[in-house]
Amino acid sequence: MGYQWHWQVFLQHASAKETYLDWLLIGLWTTVKMGTLAWILAFALGSLLGVLRTAPHPVLSRAATAYVEIVRNVPLIVQLFLWYYLAPKLLPFAWRAWLFAQPPATTAFVTATLGLGFFTAARVCEQVRAGIDSLPKGLRNAALAMGFTLPQAYRHILLPVSYRLIVPPMTSEMLSIFKNSSIAATVGVLELFARARQLNDYTARGYESFIAVVTCYLLINTVVMLLMTLVEKRTRIPGFMGSP
Amino acid sequence: MLGLDFSFLTSEAGRTLVRGMLVSLQVASTALAVGLLWGTALAMMRLSRFRLLSWFAAGYVNLFRSVPLAMVLLGFYLVVPQILKGLFWRAGTMDTRLMSALVGFALFESAYYSEIMRAGIQSVPKSQFLAACALGIRPLQAMRIVVLPQAFRNMLPLQLTQLIVLFQDTSLVYVISLADFFTSAEGIGERDGRIEEMMIIAGVVYFVVCFAASRATQRLSRNGRG
Repeated sequence: MGYQWHWQVFLQHASAKETYLDWLLIGLWTTVKMGTLAWILAFALGSLLGVLRTAPHPVLSRAATAYVEIVRNVPLIVQLFLWYYLAPKLLPFAWRAWLFAQPPATTAFVTATLGLGFFTAARVCEQVRAGIDSLPKGLRNAALAMGFTLPQAYRHILLPVSYRLIVPPMTSEMLSIFKNSSIAATVGVLELFARARQLNDYTARGYESFIAVVTCYLLINTVVMLLMTLVEKRTRIPGFMGSP
Repeated sequence: MLGLDFSFLTSEAGRTLVRGMLVSLQVASTALAVGLLWGTALAMMRLSRFRLLSWFAAGYVNLFRSVPLAMVLLGFYLVVPQILKGLFWRAGTMDTRLMSALVGFALFESAYYSEIMRAGIQSVPKSQFLAACALGIRPLQAMRIVVLPQAFRNMLPLQLTQLIVLFQDTSLVYVISLADFFTSAEGIGERDGRIEEMMIIAGVVYFVVCFAASRATQRLSRNGRG
């Protein structure tokens, strides 16, 4: 192949202060930050929704089901646009004023992180629900018979056990959240995918830019996989399939 | 409170949206067709005795599953046209946006379908394959006429669920500005300064299509066991 590789391009100055490598690393950092923050939100909200979906309360479980159905049947890109354009209008005036006083990239980052978090929450909810549903019915009843109230039974028995069972599907949700964060580029967040585009436009080195960005995504994937393998080993329940 | 106003919609906008939806469906159905064929081929390679084949399939699937779809689409948009231009002298006249979206999307979805088909093949008892071989059917034929039909059937609900995901993902061709349903809706919204309204319309349309499809899938997988 007659292609002349030119990796030194990353050391060239993109602006007075930054090199193209800095652009790449800032993009990587933004993706990591966004994925992590959105994951915290998704985990908390998703767990709450998962509990509500399995709770013996028709109104609450219907509401949680409706949330999941709506969020899962609308593409993420549409949701992010709604979060970016429509959601700020629902805020009290003072909050909105604060949000729009920020630099545009920050406004986009905040709304997109919320959007991504609320989107992933629906998927986390399904995993938590599947985990709770997979437990034997006796577990809940035994907890209640022992004098736990229902919230206590969830907090001390049902949730801890199901979390330990659903580590593998949660790992893939975690991998998806970092991949899905690339869609935030469409509302103006300068994360990895946006940087790939920028690098390609500014340096005209398509192959190098793309290989560099793909490597960053592979790196994120590898780190998440390694961390979650550790978590899985530490939390495995003895006596279940897949435990030593 | 929100100051929404839908009166700006014209029949011309409606036609643009319908044309966009047709592009979305075209991308989704191409990806489905290619994904099923190439995905099944990849799954068979992955389970094959030949190391080289199974390594190739594993590498392919893992690579595509680690990279965001937006990245794949943009990559194919920037790279594939160059390759095509080298191969066909008439490639300059083709619609490169649509071509690269179709190719990129299909190759990307194949990785996901391959995982589904692999699970499907593994869900068929080995004795089926061995019995077929004992009857004198050659291994590849046994795969084709005994194992794959059962694998396909076992995995039908998952394939349909993946189809709904795939249909939603077609909206990502926005990153290469291919005028699918979402991109058309966004374009009309930008032009008329009515982006909020157009996004609500887009959301409702996607919801109706996908919700109906997922209900149908649920019904099918409940009744289909027999």
